Amino acid sequence: MTLEGLLVLVLGWKLDIDAEIYKKVVQASVPRPNFAPRKVNLRELMSRKIRIKKGADIRLKGRPTQTVDAAAFTATYAVQPPNYHGITPKLEVKEGSAVQAGSPLFFSKEAPAMKFLSPTSGKVKSIVRGAKRRILAVIVESDGKNDAVALDKIDVASASAEVIRKAMLSHGMFPFVEQRPFADVANPDDTPRSIHVSGFDSAPLAPDMEIVLKGRMEAFQNGIYALSALVGGNAIHLGIRPEQTIYSGLKNVELTSFDGPHPAGNVGVQVHHTLPINKGETLWTMHAEDVANLGETLVSGVYTSKRTIAATGSEHPHPRYLQTHLGCELSSLTNGMNDASVRVISGNPLTGTHAAADGYLGGLDHQITLLPEGNDPKFLLTACWLSPGLDKFSLSKSYPTWLMPKSKDFVMDTNTGGEERAFVVTGQYEPVFPFDIYPVQLIKSIMANDIDAMEKLGIYEVAPEDFALCEYACTSKIDVQDIVREGLDNLKKELG
Amino acid sequence: MKALHNMLDSIRPHFEEGGKLSRFWVVYDSLETFAFTPGHTTKSGVQIRDGVDLKRTMFLVIVALIPALLFGTWNQGHQYMLSIGEVSVADPLSALFLDKLLIGAVKVLPLVIVSYGVGLGIEFLFAGMRGHSINEGYLVSGMLIPLIMPVDVPLWMLALAVAFAVIIAKEVFGGTGMNILNVALTARAFLFFAYPKQLSGEIWIHEVASSKAGGLLVDGYTGATALGHLASTVGKSPTEPAVAGVMDMFAADGMFSLTNSFFGLIPGSVGETSALAILIGAVLLIWTGIGSWKVMSSFLVGGLAMGAIFNLMGLNAYMTIPAIHQVVMGGFMFGMVFMATDPVSAAQTERGKWIYGFFGGFLSIMIRVFNPAYPEGVMMAILFMNVMAPLIDHYVVQSNVSKREKRMELAMAQRATA
Repeated sequence: MTLEGLLVLVLGWKLDIDAEIYKKVVQASVPRPNFAPRKVNLRELMSRKIRIKKGADIRLKGRPTQTVDAAAFTATYAVQPPNYHGITPKLEVKEGSAVQAGSPLFFSKEAPAMKFLSPTSGKVKSIVRGAKRRILAVIVESDGKNDAVALDKIDVASASAEVIRKAMLSHGMFPFVEQRPFADVANPDDTPRSIHVSGFDSAPLAPDMEIVLKGRMEAFQNGIYALSALVGGNAIHLGIRPEQTIYSGLKNVELTSFDGPHPAGNVGVQVHHTLPINKGETLWTMHAEDVANLGETLVSGVYTSKRTIAATGSEHPHPRYLQTHLGCELSSLTNGMNDASVRVISGNPLTGTHAAADGYLGGLDHQITLLPEGNDPKFLLTACWLSPGLDKFSLSKSYPTWLMPKSKDFVMDTNTGGEERAFVVTGQYEPVFPFDIYPVQLIKSIMANDIDAMEKLGIYEVAPEDFALCEYACTSKIDVQDIVREGLDNLKKELG
Repeated sequence: MKALHNMLDSIRPHFEEGGKLSRFWVVYDSLETFAFTPGHTTKSGVQIRDGVDLKRTMFLVIVALIPALLFGTWNQGHQYMLSIGEVSVADPLSALFLDKLLIGAVKVLPLVIVSYGVGLGIEFLFAGMRGHSINEGYLVSGMLIPLIMPVDVPLWMLALAVAFAVIIAKEVFGGTGMNILNVALTARAFLFFAYPKQLSGEIWIHEVASSKAGGLLVDGYTGATALGHLASTVGKSPTEPAVAGVMDMFAADGMFSLTNSFFGLIPGSVGETSALAILIGAVLLIWTGIGSWKVMSSFLVGGLAMGAIFNLMGLNAYMTIPAIHQVVMGGFMFGMVFMATDPVSAAQTERGKWIYGFFGGFLSIMIRVFNPAYPEGVMMAILFMNVMAPLIDHYVVQSNVSKREKRMELAMAQRATA
């Protein structure tokens, strides 16, 4: 028995833990291969419950009600290659081509087997190109019939890793697998060390996964089986909230519960606190809703790209959940809101993208947020730096809102609240960055493009989204997520 | 406020590229953004941002300086009255409140104006040359500099010191956020080394020299600061009458008693004398999270620790001054709250801040007592720690790096055995 086990034994007696928990505890205390040598808190070990202390919940108005409605009709759908970082699209269709739901629209130049499928049947309306003829979107006009291509059905519980891998590539599910390091579309030739799924989203106004996955747990379980085959039958790591109940009874998962503020729901944070990535390791992650889509697609042989979107934000006329499909028109989710004073964000307010009101839902987004635009100049005494700021949510204590009750929600607009400056204030990123990594030093090493320093400072473990709160809190208004993305891209180029 | 904004908008074309006044764009831009936070919106990355910016941060530091500034202004008048015997040490709050404030203001205001005028002038010049917008950093430095100056410092000397500090300590490194040394302390250090003669002796009290010449000065009044008096005792036997005379001034009823030192009714640089006024500022800085409580508290602990060690050693009269008395004298408190906490020149890592602060305080008292040539050790100690801060950070970060490397080696070993 290890020393830890012994301690648990003693403590276990003291705390009058019943036999079953005691058994679990002693099992949990047996060091698993490659277990993180972080300081193990005995209480955490006993319940496999990890408390994330750093971070912050930004309390915004416009939370969705529990209602789930079908989204309004959408005449066109778009699949947007820039959503899938790290792939170069090669078209398989032309404008006017007839497609079915599940027909390939384009594939990845880096991995030609990786197909991107049409979410609906109809014909290709247009191919939108940007600078240097880069493909921005393939727009499909729906014929309303939703005829689907019959794909191979896979027995996820018994299929081999190779079969699953091939099926995921051809069934259009692979683009939803993200890899760490680099935080981009996974390389299908890699063998991941482990696969991690976050069972909850902690971002501001984020969807509640219990609602998103309601009635889809069988599909979710099938998705888990498929992923598990890719890591030699090992369990999939699933991070959950202590109070969540939908995930109990799942097979082939290893549950770890995470308590604490955002970004506790970021899969990168969960990985860091359980099985941190080392240089030379690769792991894959997938969004919980995409895991359910994966299970459904492989088992039914019909390409499934369901989205239960949390339509949120202080400017949304009717914040609620809406069922739709990948790449739908945003106007079907915003109650047709089209006003220059309202910003439509595909995604959450921290990592989402500013979309046109008549644009399309991003391929990896599960939420939309409508916020007021803040493009009017603000007078110093009433609305900006000299104002009392009683209505300003701030992580800095220089506004008095930190003294207000935690139940109050705030309206925030998109004003930068100041201009970009050099780094001056210190100690601002650390309280919202739950990694054993020095965020400012890492960012500076990226700005200096010092690959060696980036590696040493832990860039392998992070994704841009993990820095979103740092960027939010930054007094100097530095574009932290862009810098991290640039660092990851440079690192990938350097490693070849 | 619409009217003001319309006015600014209407004159804007003159300052834009091709306008008559385009070379003054920096001036226009800084004034406009001072009055109105521009309607810039987020683009990539986060879609919402915190309302705090550098202007608010710097402004709050200036607010925290106000008690020290007001008290310092009054105290300069008070010290003048003391020197000519208008009021007595025993009765500091006797009438003449307004007179004291006015006399002080006549001396202190020009210092503030010269500091801001010269410093901001150079900032505008560099911003114009580089095509940057004005950084707010000098708003704080410009207020700190007059507060750490002796009241009778000639204005041309002050102007020279400000110019040196802003150009050599800040702009050559790339401006706000890039400097290694604290700008305000560099100005003080410049005067200290460039004009040692002028910066010692009869400069701490308004017009001490002319009062003396006119026969107005109270008998035996020297106008030296507490630390100046104490420095004169070093190297002498504690039993010498001169030393005993100095030590009497630090007794409970002396001019530099603990109470007087704490409330600040003693000669010294404009803003440094009152520990009370400075601590009011400290409360605001800590409450708003702008000043690092880690640096402040470890600085204090460092100073008290060194003071206590000296108390135990007790080798000369200076060492017998109680540790708590040491930290309320001279520039210790001011340095602790407003200089050591400068986020740019301090240690950047949270663990580094503890080390940085502790040694800052420790060295302040050590230099003060060991080296009578530098009656004020705080300036030297903080500048030294500014230089050491990157080294401290390096080792703090390095321990994190090696932890990560060990983890990787462990993982590789496990993979090899598996």
